[in-house]
Amino acid sequence: MSTATLQHSAPTTADDFDPRAEGQRLIKEWYAQLETANARNAAVANVFVMGNAVEILRAFDFELVFPEINSLQTGVRKASEEYIRLSEDYGMSPDVCSYVKADVGLILKENEHPAGRIPKASLAVASNMCGTFIKWAEIWERWLKTPTFVLDLPGQRAAGWQVRPGDAQHAADARWVEAQFKELIAQCERITGKRFDMDKLAEVEARVNKMVDHWNNVMALNRQCPAPFNAMLDGLTYIGIMNVHRGTEEGVEFMRRLEEHLKAKVGRGEGRVAEERFRLLFSGTPCYVSMRRLVELFETWGGVFAYSDYLTFAAGGMDATELRYDTSRPLESLAEVTALAAQRGLSNQFFAHERLAQQIKDYAVDGVVFHGIKSCRFVSSGMADTREFINKRLDVPTLYIESDLIDPRYWSDAQIKNRVDAFFEALHQRGGGAPLARKTVAA
Amino acid sequence: MKYVAGVDVGSTQTKAIIVDENKAIVGRALLDMETSMVTVAQDAFRAALDNAGIAEGDVVWVAGTGYGRYKVTFGREQVTEISCHARGAVSLFPMTRTVIDIGGQDTKAIRVGADGKVEDFTMNDKCAAGTGRFLGAASYALEMPLAELGPLAMKSTNPVRITTTCTVFAESEIISHLAKGIPSEDVLMGVHQAIASRCVSLARRVGIEPEVTFTGGVSRNVAMVKLIEELIGMRINVSQDAHFCGALGAALFSHDRMFGAAAQPALAMAEEA
Repeated sequence: MSTATLQHSAPTTADDFDPRAEGQRLIKEWYAQLETANARNAAVANVFVMGNAVEILRAFDFELVFPEINSLQTGVRKASEEYIRLSEDYGMSPDVCSYVKADVGLILKENEHPAGRIPKASLAVASNMCGTFIKWAEIWERWLKTPTFVLDLPGQRAAGWQVRPGDAQHAADARWVEAQFKELIAQCERITGKRFDMDKLAEVEARVNKMVDHWNNVMALNRQCPAPFNAMLDGLTYIGIMNVHRGTEEGVEFMRRLEEHLKAKVGRGEGRVAEERFRLLFSGTPCYVSMRRLVELFETWGGVFAYSDYLTFAAGGMDATELRYDTSRPLESLAEVTALAAQRGLSNQFFAHERLAQQIKDYAVDGVVFHGIKSCRFVSSGMADTREFINKRLDVPTLYIESDLIDPRYWSDAQIKNRVDAFFEALHQRGGGAPLARKTVAA
Repeated sequence: MKYVAGVDVGSTQTKAIIVDENKAIVGRALLDMETSMVTVAQDAFRAALDNAGIAEGDVVWVAGTGYGRYKVTFGREQVTEISCHARGAVSLFPMTRTVIDIGGQDTKAIRVGADGKVEDFTMNDKCAAGTGRFLGAASYALEMPLAELGPLAMKSTNPVRITTTCTVFAESEIISHLAKGIPSEDVLMGVHQAIASRCVSLARRVGIEPEVTFTGGVSRNVAMVKLIEELIGMRINVSQDAHFCGALGAALFSHDRMFGAAAQPALAMAEEA
């Protein structure tokens, strides 16, 4: 196992920050706030985690509902099957995205969510970052009469081509996006009755900049061995806060304390697991309904997910982290970052192998785990090619497993455990990991 | 003489193999599954002991494999059938680079390196299409023992095309073809072709490199061997012990522990869950 060498620094003071508990508290408070939003006549917007113009909405004090997060939360809270079945009883095909089905189930349950009542939205912002977003928003538009704004974010133009920050195409894309933002702003003004405040947008962006800086530092800490956090368990809490609290004071404070906490952990030489034997990279979207179990299957073998491309893929504008917001020209800058992040998200499959190859080096991983999603071929297509590239060209072992985002009917414990065990046996045969002593593996 | 054993608790059958210090197979047993996996694992092990003519105390290490590997409660180690089939296949045919295993509910393709170690593998997903269970559906629909399916399929001159990929629906499709008066051998050959094509597709995902060794219960089916050879365009190895390949691999891992150069520690020690 080749890993970055940890330089042990002097012990730092123990901190009382528990990222998981604090993350749960913030999510709980967010849901509690949403529960009273309609009664308070607060403006509420439904947004997706990618291509969402959250900064503009925050400048208008919209309270944000993330239907994807609502759906994944039904999975985390082991309630997703009930919501999914409701939508299937209504007539939706089992092949439809399970996030959509859980959300339709939520509508059928009159917005009763395990975390609290979800408010009626006064606006929905969708984009073409995922084809399903547009159809999903159409359900709200036609069923609930929610005013819907669809952002058209330019995607891939030609094979082998990627937009570069500042090039002519990027500038043109940014202007196109900015023009749409101006339309969105006009719609927000009509809905909220407030005038758009550019200074307020700049303030939100300044906070996002801080969060992204901390985020990048947090991710970099996991290049250390042992990794201080598991990208697919702890990382999911972090990304939840990055989305839900993007641009808020609470979000900045969480990320600041998280970085401090993890730095201290690295300083003490503490890893996520007692004995880190294999460093892994998780590619794809999580199975929120069984993520804890999946991570357990890997950690039992001393395998830690040091990184996951999900943490960039599902992080809004963070896929363009080399671009910080220029708060002296907030709207143009927002358009530039959004255009770049969208471009990368939309061309994700074409360059996944290059990105993963870099991450394999950066995080010194011993293997890559691909997770295909039964009800989302969009995020799963291309995995076979990428896997072959990683396996055969880079000679890095890979594992492909398949389940779903939140549909527990696609989780087959014995089969997944079998594949995970075989993967580690193969890693071990290749000479990876420390010698195995007597070891207990739960069936 | 000391011995080691491997017990492969599969979905439809349990296999046990005993090897001696020289890695020679001295005992084998194959039993159909019973309600209790623990009992059938013990019974298979005892039957293999009887077959070898040795006492339980002569066996110094037992490894369990297969889906029921944690039910081999007397085993001191559990190894997945992926590693075991690869190990067993390479021991039977040292030039093996690709292993195709079709069992009762699993089909797997394994690419092994020149050193016999697993390089990559792929398996059928939750669906049992393309596995032995697909043949089970045909056996049930035709009211014919599994062992007779292959020889009868070989007599086909005009095989039907089975379009469903669902094992459950396959049964109704088979019945529908039979109801139309299509000869059994043509229906059966269609079933074999459907399985072979899915299985070869899996194997192509890991990359088919010669030599190819076919293991698992379905490797005893002559029609399946012929079809896979036709589809991949090369001869495949099938041993008389192909059915026992997983158990053999487990026994060889046991051998490593007891008689290997470094008396290696176990891959994974299990506790009954």
